[in-house]
Amino acid sequence: MSGESSPTRDSGIVLDDVGIGFDGFQAVSGIDLEIAEGEFICLLGPSGCGKSTVLMALAGFVAPNHGDIWVGGRAVSAPSPDCGVVFQSSDALFDWLTVRQNVAFGPRMRGVAKGRQQEIVDEYLGLVGLRHAADKYPNQLSGGMRQRAQIARVLANEPRVVLMDEPFGALDAQTREVMQHELDRIWQAHRSTVLFVTHDIDEAILLADRVVVMTAGPDARVKSCYPVELPRPRDEGSAGFAELRRQLRADIGEEVQKSLRAQGIDPEGAAA
Amino acid sequence: MTAVAGRQARTVAKRRWRLQGLAWTALALLAGLAVWTAVAWWYGSSLVASPAETLRAGIDLAKDGSLGESVLASSRRILLGWGLGVLVGGPVGVLMGRIPVIRRLLDPYIEFFRFIPPIAFVTVAIVWFGIGEMSKIVLIFYTSVFLVTVNTIAGVLAIEESKLRAAASLGASRWQILHAVVLPATVPYIVTGARLAMGNSFLTIVSAEIVAADTGIGAMIWQSRNYGRIDWIFLGIIVLGLLGFVFDRLIRVLAGRLLRRYGVKL
Repeated sequence: MSGESSPTRDSGIVLDDVGIGFDGFQAVSGIDLEIAEGEFICLLGPSGCGKSTVLMALAGFVAPNHGDIWVGGRAVSAPSPDCGVVFQSSDALFDWLTVRQNVAFGPRMRGVAKGRQQEIVDEYLGLVGLRHAADKYPNQLSGGMRQRAQIARVLANEPRVVLMDEPFGALDAQTREVMQHELDRIWQAHRSTVLFVTHDIDEAILLADRVVVMTAGPDARVKSCYPVELPRPRDEGSAGFAELRRQLRADIGEEVQKSLRAQGIDPEGAAA
Repeated sequence: MTAVAGRQARTVAKRRWRLQGLAWTALALLAGLAVWTAVAWWYGSSLVASPAETLRAGIDLAKDGSLGESVLASSRRILLGWGLGVLVGGPVGVLMGRIPVIRRLLDPYIEFFRFIPPIAFVTVAIVWFGIGEMSKIVLIFYTSVFLVTVNTIAGVLAIEESKLRAAASLGASRWQILHAVVLPATVPYIVTGARLAMGNSFLTIVSAEIVAADTGIGAMIWQSRNYGRIDWIFLGIIVLGLLGFVFDRLIRVLAGRLLRRYGVKL
């Protein structure tokens, strides 16, 4: 991708030959990726491949040491309300604020009038199904409810893009499944550009318009892209789902083996 | 039905447990009084005032108003100096925790002065601030502020990175992050610092009042020496202990009530 294809889209994301590294360790390099406005992308890869690092750079928390990142036509240089982040850990919620106050945090910081804040909060609490828990504190909620609160807090701030860093990674299997379907529903009701990082293949197929697979790190790159053309809501039992799962599993399996070998573990030998 | 019964049984059990706890405390206090009485009887009232003598001294001094006056004078100095220490130490700790330049600038002084006991400064304090209230309040402030600052810094450094990042990506400015995230997240540490500082304030008030004061519990203890009133000295000591206990309880109850949502557990 060349520099002159200057990104003009409203809420799209462009990564142009992005490299991120610290202290002589190059986590990712040569990442080229364009995400269209309103597109839901899952970034999939073996653990430790630097997918979260890409997300942190998009959010402006770490600076790339090569290339450029654009969000909505603006170069990312620092955290901004343009990019909302849902973190894996619900530590990111403010424990001393109720769910309602947590969700109102972004609008409050922007100086939105009190009455309008309440409207926004009610709307998004309704969207994520948390109205009944509006006046509870985060530590009174279950893990799934806390992640709902995080999602509502991010959406209430009306960001151009939503970045999700394995948001369901710390949930139990049943809750995770519920939350995946909930997120699909929320996203269909409230279309925004989403970059969702995960290592769960089914989760990626369930949610994404396009699954982007990364190679094993260090020096991780984009390996391949899979458009998911299955109708939503997706059925994990369908033939199309199974076929895509098989392809992705083979593709990632290669990378996992490579990363094991890099760690000095022989996958075939260990299996025998 | 069974759930209600279970809860009732649990409340009853809890109440019984609390009563038992109180009984043990009462027993310990009675045993202490018995030992004290025995020691007083053995050594005689010129060396050790007995509980009864101390109580009589308390009633006498309460009647002529000097006990109340001493308690009020000491409490006022402690509350003012300690309060200032918390009000200054908290924000300074937050700034030091968040802004590396400020930490670098102030750290050597904090690490130097927090090891110098306030009693070392009693004389200079009097020379600089006079024998009036100011010198005592400054000494209490001195003994409080470092503890609160050091605890607050620890609290700031313990904040989860994800909270700070979330705030920044929700559009909070640096200043907004300081007062809307860092300060509330640090409250439990500030309260711990404040409680420790209260203990220090009691250690300091006596040395401050002994050197130059005509009121206060420290002064009362010191002046009793001139009259050879061992019972007044004992009274002063007991009153100090009780007052410290009451103040600490007050902090715990108030902080537990008002600051509960900040995660203060006492």
